[in-house]
Amino acid sequence: MRATFKGTPKGSGTGSMQALYAQLLVGLINGSFYALLSLGLAVIFGMLNIINFAHGALYMMGAFVAYFLLNLGGINYWWALLFAPIIVGIFGMILERTMLQWLTGLDHLYGLLLTFGIALIVQGVFQNYFGSSGLPYAIPDQLKGGMNLGFMFLPIYRGWVVVFSLVVCLATWFLIEKTQLGAYLRAATENPTLVRAFGINVPRMITLTYGLGVGLAALAGVLSAPINQVRPLMGADLIIVVFAVVVIGGMGSIMGSIITGFALGVIEGLTKYFYPEASNTVVFVLMVLVLLVKPTGLTGRAA
Amino acid sequence: MTTLTDDTLPATPRAMRDEMIVFVVMALLLASVPFTGVYPFFVMQALCFALLACAFNLLIGYGGLLSFGHAMFLGTAGYCSAHALKVWALPPELGILVGIAAAFVLSIITGYISIRRQGIYFSMITLALSQLLYFIYLQAPFTHGEDGIQGIPQGHMFGVFDLSKPTVLYYVVLVGFLAGFLLIFRIINSPFGEVLKAIRENEPRAISLGYRTDQYKFLAFVLSGTLAGFAGALKVFVAQNASLTDVHWSMSGEVVLMTLVGGLGTIFGPVVGAFVIIAMQQYLAGFGQWVTVIQGSIFVICVLTFRRGVIGEIAHYFRRSL
Repeated sequence: MRATFKGTPKGSGTGSMQALYAQLLVGLINGSFYALLSLGLAVIFGMLNIINFAHGALYMMGAFVAYFLLNLGGINYWWALLFAPIIVGIFGMILERTMLQWLTGLDHLYGLLLTFGIALIVQGVFQNYFGSSGLPYAIPDQLKGGMNLGFMFLPIYRGWVVVFSLVVCLATWFLIEKTQLGAYLRAATENPTLVRAFGINVPRMITLTYGLGVGLAALAGVLSAPINQVRPLMGADLIIVVFAVVVIGGMGSIMGSIITGFALGVIEGLTKYFYPEASNTVVFVLMVLVLLVKPTGLTGRAA
Repeated sequence: MTTLTDDTLPATPRAMRDEMIVFVVMALLLASVPFTGVYPFFVMQALCFALLACAFNLLIGYGGLLSFGHAMFLGTAGYCSAHALKVWALPPELGILVGIAAAFVLSIITGYISIRRQGIYFSMITLALSQLLYFIYLQAPFTHGEDGIQGIPQGHMFGVFDLSKPTVLYYVVLVGFLAGFLLIFRIINSPFGEVLKAIRENEPRAISLGYRTDQYKFLAFVLSGTLAGFAGALKVFVAQNASLTDVHWSMSGEVVLMTLVGGLGTIFGPVVGAFVIIAMQQYLAGFGQWVTVIQGSIFVICVLTFRRGVIGEIAHYFRRSL
């Protein structure tokens, strides 16, 4: 499919335009995952000052939990959407309580190294039991099939992923920017000592924040299970792309993370259509360009 | 910024003398390896990684910059050396030079890009850049994709030393390692190295004293990348192949692990760390993916309880810088 549409995209027939829309849709889906993951990274970085290298591994865990729930417990996709983020979120909170909290006050680099170690452990364990091949996860019955939009054929599940991710991203933005809880959170990011003096339990908030960020990653994992299969290394390469997304967008703003995530997904999709050879690398190349033009990233603040 | 190493003792003549004694002991020990019956291939491999880890340590331990993409220098130099040796049929010494030159150029480009951001962003940028190169090498014809460049001729170094003989190869690799190590030792103890340490400890203050810290960090990056390339070029003669493994992010992670285990910011730590990790991989090769799990656990344990590393702990105990 890739090679077929390499040539002249302009002015060609509807078949080619359909391919373009199809790649745009794939781009939007990848963009949903980038947005959900970079959003979680930004939230965690804001509170814990840690770049969570384990984010990709926890995304993978989300997909595996959904797989186990279905195949061992007979619990369907819809409940998995709820339970997988909670289960992985609890796992994340245990990690935070037992390990990450001891890094407070140390150089940022130790957080990166620790979470890298956690990622290796989690991925290694899953690889050991499941190898490197993918496990199938069926699309739920309600979302099977597709609809004809006139200009393209839209598989319903793919449309659902994009819409649902967008809703979750906006809900997270609303939670952090517009609610009382979010105000505490933002205040604690700025000055944890002062917020503690007001009687707010900041360590608990940090734990819950890590759980929230990790839960978002797990949710992305569940969403991707029917599309990309469930593989132990599904998050390993993805997290590096998400790091590039974070460098491009900066971690200063929640909305910035969401927009950058979706935008880069779409650009990647377009690249798959116009110049497929570069589709793996386009995000990294864009990162280089952004660094050359505006070293602080698109949303501004200096690190 | 909290310091990476708490023992920042000044480089007094006495400390330098101690370090030189340890260096001579290390060199003698390594030189006697062929007479002890230890598998030379293992030691040669460890020496290449030790040099790589020392180069990496120059950046993190003395410049405070955590590069998560040092595999790109190892792999790039490896591919270019291998190509020069096999396709252009250059003699070994020129093949090594080609690899070093490639790593030099690459480190100038990547350094120019990544030095623009600090701390955690720097790590993410170097990781992303090395992943970019990984995909380029995956698709470029001269690297032969998944197969890699194989069956590289070892040839005669300077027309005299037959590198296909294990003992000769061992001493060539050892001399290369010791030369690289001494160069790094010299850099660390030079005025340049002292400024680098000052930047690591307190960058705003270094700036206020009139140092252009970005230029110092850039130079440290180029030196580190080029020396990592030297390690990659040497490794080609040992492994006789150049493959995608050497450019993969997991290789970058292993280098970080070696340095962390040995001790960030210690002179001999990366060498000890490289031997520990390579030995571990050797002995645990039959356990499949559990090796990854063990490596991850070592990361976690080191960060939580053992941040000084093996040599760092010893140095702390004796109140010496090693």
